[in-house]
Amino acid sequence: MADKLEADKHVRYILMAEKKKESFESVVMDHLRMNGAYWGLTTLDLLDKLGSVSQDEVVSWVMTCQHESAGGFAGNTGHDPHVIYTLSAVQILALFDKLSILDVQKVSSYIAGLQNEDGSFSGDIWGEVDTRFSYIAICCLSILKCLDKINVEKAVDYIVSCKNLDGGFGCTPGAESHAGQIFCCVGALAITGNLHHVDKDLLGWWLCERQDYESGGLNGRPEKLPDVCYSWWVLSSLIMIDRVHWIENGKIVKFILDCQDMDNGGISDNPKDAVDIFHTYFGVAGLSLLESKNN
Amino acid sequence: MDFDETVPLSQRSEWADVVPLTQDDGPNPVVPIAYKEEFRETMDYVRAIYFSDERSPRALRLTEETLRLNSGNYTVWHFRRLVLEALNHDLFEELEFIERIAEDNSKNYQLWHHRRWVAEKLGPDVAGRELEFTRRVLSLDAKHYHAWSHRQWTLRALGGWEDELDYCHELLEADVFNNSAWNQRYYVITRSPLLGGLEAMRESEVSYTIKAILTNPANESSWRYLKALYKDDKESWISDSSVSSVCLNVLSRTDCFHGFALSTLLDLLCDGLRPTNEHKDSVRALANEEPDTNLAILVCTILGRVDPIRANYWAWRKSKITVAAM
Repeated sequence: MADKLEADKHVRYILMAEKKKESFESVVMDHLRMNGAYWGLTTLDLLDKLGSVSQDEVVSWVMTCQHESAGGFAGNTGHDPHVIYTLSAVQILALFDKLSILDVQKVSSYIAGLQNEDGSFSGDIWGEVDTRFSYIAICCLSILKCLDKINVEKAVDYIVSCKNLDGGFGCTPGAESHAGQIFCCVGALAITGNLHHVDKDLLGWWLCERQDYESGGLNGRPEKLPDVCYSWWVLSSLIMIDRVHWIENGKIVKFILDCQDMDNGGISDNPKDAVDIFHTYFGVAGLSLLESKNN
Repeated sequence: MDFDETVPLSQRSEWADVVPLTQDDGPNPVVPIAYKEEFRETMDYVRAIYFSDERSPRALRLTEETLRLNSGNYTVWHFRRLVLEALNHDLFEELEFIERIAEDNSKNYQLWHHRRWVAEKLGPDVAGRELEFTRRVLSLDAKHYHAWSHRQWTLRALGGWEDELDYCHELLEADVFNNSAWNQRYYVITRSPLLGGLEAMRESEVSYTIKAILTNPANESSWRYLKALYKDDKESWISDSSVSSVCLNVLSRTDCFHGFALSTLLDLLCDGLRPTNEHKDSVRALANEEPDTNLAILVCTILGRVDPIRANYWAWRKSKITVAAM
């Protein structure tokens, strides 16, 4: 049982994790290295250790992932552009305060070009639609201060069409409410000043029902298992709608801390499983949200 | 497939003319991806044909090899689509290919998007097949978010609504707590062109849901579904006696969690239900505390005790109750 965040161990974990050549996790993360970099770097930043990496090397690698003609970023060199990696790339540059090296016009045009007639966003030219992409597009353009390049009203209309009667949101109209999708929709509405479309009391209750009495952890949907990544999706959603006090604070903190690997660092989805960078990031981010709320 | 996967690509005569392209990671990559040798080599070859834009049968086979190693590689899925189009490849075979990949790992967005791309090209004729595929995936994980998303798309774009409500029932028989199945039920009754819409279906659905609630009252999904049946019709919600009756029924039981019955009763009271003596007696029987004349406030107090992890929420609900309400 852990009673504090083992920050140094997590920093070591992040800096060393990827060096294991035989690691299956490394193999399957090739195409999403941009996401992995964002998770790792943001965690280092939250733990005040961003200086442990070479800013120049990171930034130059990030820029090699931008597609000349399309303007979007890929998950790794040699891959196709996609909004998912474009957001991570922009976020990484923002972390290093290097947004000025971007051709903002090019990147924002790439994103704006992916908005569909009904206000939704495709992830890339192949046309997959999901409210995740609505959030990604809006978040990215907001960082670049180019929200005016899209039809915000239609974007909001589409997100609202994905609202369910339980107050939550799914990936497309009629899809099951899911904490991850809720984070995306609430986030997009928050950024664009449209939180009045959210029934905060109803959604707040749905979100606080994600907390499991036994473990104190949060799940993403009714009757699913608690998972550390929902510490972020659920907590940040609750903070955006001013209802985070409906979560039992001590118990969620304890759950996250119990998911740490006390020997090698890193955080896992639940106390029994192996750690990974994704859950390390969301665990640390969730704790930092709670800490800042309490201060 | 007649290639021998155990022979490295560099030793296969078929690939002798191709110069593999290695990835330039830079001197000290921030997340240097450590590679297994086989994976690295396959990636080098697929990178070569991707950059030379070779849309050939061997390219198709190589994308398959690559996707078996890493089905999350979205660029290779893209390239495979370009190759499929260039070769005018049999898309029914492609459905089978996707099913093979799904056997190992069906939890990636790329596979499902690819499936949709193929199914869309094949049209309404494959509606049954798509429903069958998602049914198989759901038989292994009945809450599989991608599978449900694909199933909803199939119904919407290709049809096949006829047996969907029965399918939801089948899943709920297996697990009455399956929130995805409840969500799908709602999807069907509100969107199926074969049914009459929410209001027409309400009576039979209320009856169905109440049976489910009584099977296990500690089920967040069934209670939420019940309320959703009265969307935008508060009057019917508070006046339909079967709704308050199921609350009373559950509250009289000693063998189950009362939280959802209490919160539903709370909602009814706040929405204007005038409590009968039966309601009052039922709630007071659960109260350890001095019974408050305000029934809704008493319900909140009890909820703070039976659902303690959400004590702050129930305290807030209590604070919102105006004394004017009973």
